[in-house]
Amino acid sequence: MLFPRIIPCLLVHNKGLVKTVKFKDPKYVGDPINAVKIFNEKEVDEIMVVDIDASRENREPDYKMIENLAAECRMPLCYGGGIKTVEQADRIFSLGVEKIAISSIALEDPTLINRIAERVGNQSVIIVLDVKKKSFSSKYEIWTHNATKNTGKDPLEFAKQCEALGAGEIIINSIDHDGVMKGYDLTLIDKIRESISLPMTVLGGAGSLDDIGGLIKKYGIIGVAAGSLFVFKGKYKAVLINYPNRIEKESLISANFLY
Amino acid sequence: MIAIINYGLGNISAFANVYKRLNIPVTIATRREDLKNSEKIILPGVGAFDHAMTLLQKSGMRETLDELVLEKKIPVIGICVGMQILANSSEEGVLPGLGWIDGVVKKFDSLLIKHKTRLPHMGWNTIKPLNGNGLFASLPEDPRFYFLHSYYFHCNNEVNTVANTQYGIEFASAVNSENIYGVQFHPEKSHENGIHVLNNFANLNYVIS
Repeated sequence: MLFPRIIPCLLVHNKGLVKTVKFKDPKYVGDPINAVKIFNEKEVDEIMVVDIDASRENREPDYKMIENLAAECRMPLCYGGGIKTVEQADRIFSLGVEKIAISSIALEDPTLINRIAERVGNQSVIIVLDVKKKSFSSKYEIWTHNATKNTGKDPLEFAKQCEALGAGEIIINSIDHDGVMKGYDLTLIDKIRESISLPMTVLGGAGSLDDIGGLIKKYGIIGVAAGSLFVFKGKYKAVLINYPNRIEKESLISANFLY
Repeated sequence: MIAIINYGLGNISAFANVYKRLNIPVTIATRREDLKNSEKIILPGVGAFDHAMTLLQKSGMRETLDELVLEKKIPVIGICVGMQILANSSEEGVLPGLGWIDGVVKKFDSLLIKHKTRLPHMGWNTIKPLNGNGLFASLPEDPRFYFLHSYYFHCNNEVNTVANTQYGIEFASAVNSENIYGVQFHPEKSHENGIHVLNNFANLNYVIS
């Protein structure tokens, strides 16, 4: 039986780990390798690491960092940030990363999805869509470059296009809910979930394990990712890497996962 | 010594790290000379079938591997696409596989998967070991492993399936024929259960019959 995945998402900025709120105000929360070591011990389902500087600074991914992370991870690693070419994707793949996440370049040149998939297999090509609700409208739009550029594209239509081009997973990240810790944007997830037949992971807004349980109850097998929830503790947001232990996770899943 | 084949695919360091934790010496083989003293072989892999076969041919290790595995009967384990290339061919590509275990690699039929189909098969799933295969000795009940694939190994001889997993259909999540093993999941990324399987592989005693 396949289980839903509960995934910590870590952001790298100036070589340190940070957590943002609505993609702004990065707060330093620690060292990436150290965090991975802790998440190893906590036996997380998967981990996602995004270099939030690479695309914005228009530079190459930090291969040395990726290599160190991949070697340390005893769980699958999804890396994103700065990937623009098949060659870069190939190189990152050879460092031992299981999944490669692309975002801005997929919007500029969607055919790259297909070209990367041919090399690394479509199971490993992950598309991250940073999505923001349009003001005074029920519509959503995809933004890139840390929510500074509006592509004007509709996430639902684009997700379908990604699937047709051979993507392996879609990660929907809500800009408005990022770091707010008041729950996921269910309206957004609803819109996309049933329109694609790829695995989907949602990110942005988790404030408690109940938020995660709620998603599992509603959607069953789904990737549930969170940043703040797994790096902060308490109402004053003290930095503390955490993740449900084996028993907590089992009860969270068995209480919500209807199969 | 266990040789980990480095042909440009898969997480070589993750395997090396697991064995380091277990205090089992390994060597990373990038050329055929590196395979000289190997007693066991790990063939890792993540990626597309043809890409894996192309890289393996290019590595210059193919002939030596054939000799070690087919003639000297050295135990080998293929991981993920490293398992799939043990087959004769794959629906994912046009190149022939190694043909070490009689079978073909097929794409999941999404029409057979309950609820709404999601491919690739991605995440933690349980496996059911069959016939007490030594690779799965003393694992907990319903052990979970990490899967990431859209194609599966179809064995032409049922006896070669040594563990199966449910995803729409029941498919072979592990195969074995004599000294040749393959697992579809990623033991190097499956926490304790994965370490356990890699330890079992290191301790397997294959007796040439």
